[in-house]
Amino acid sequence: MTNLELENLGFAPAGPVAEHEVTGGFCCDLLSWAMSRCTEGKVWFTVMGNINTVAVASLADAAAVVLCQEAAWMPDALERAAQQGVALFTTDLPAYEAALVLARKLGQL
Amino acid sequence: MTEPIRLEYTVPGDDFTRAGEASADLKHTLKRMGFPPEAIRKASIALYEGEINLVIHAGGGQIFVELTPEAIQMRLEDEGPGIPDIALAMQEGYSTASEQVRSLGFGAGMGLPNMKRYSDEFFIESQPGQGTTIRMNVLL
Repeated sequence: MTNLELENLGFAPAGPVAEHEVTGGFCCDLLSWAMSRCTEGKVWFTVMGNINTVAVASLADAAAVVLCQEAAWMPDALERAAQQGVALFTTDLPAYEAALVLARKLGQL
Repeated sequence: MTEPIRLEYTVPGDDFTRAGEASADLKHTLKRMGFPPEAIRKASIALYEGEINLVIHAGGGQIFVELTPEAIQMRLEDEGPGIPDIALAMQEGYSTASEQVRSLGFGAGMGLPNMKRYSDEFFIESQPGQGTTIRMNVLL
């Protein structure tokens, strides 16, 4: 699947979505941890909505970042993501449940 | 590529909104030049961690990159407070970051360990009160 299908799974786009193949999911709120372990094509579930999350997602080639549990993207994060082509989404679900939605879709359960 | 290509970046201190600009630029440059994806990933991660350290701990600094057919060579220089105990600072999970820095998602004590893990050669020199110089090479 691609990140364009995340909207069909109930995740709300927070900006433009440039198509990117999705290989799996990744849950973490520590940026250095994500930097070294979030590999290409992952959908990253977190509650950190600041500009640094976007920088890490871009460097790690994440397919998308889903901000969970009603957390809000900071305006400068949205701006940077649009510039760098990082797809951002939001969801009311906690990271665990949001990741389950993706895992079911990917047949990874 | 006959002459090495040199890139230079200035990292301002305490400005988290700009942290990542140098590593993003390096990544794009390496991609454009056709460097191997794994080398690009390693260099980008190592440099991003270095940038963040310059912002958090050093009050900013300079980054010098040299690209040759053999390696991506990165040198980070700052005139910050220095590191009194390098062996301790290199341990995963050890961090002196402030609560404010931690609230942004940093300060997990992974910065220096990640820099070492993702570079093939890693050298660090630090003098308390004078600053720190780190050299990281990703071999091709």
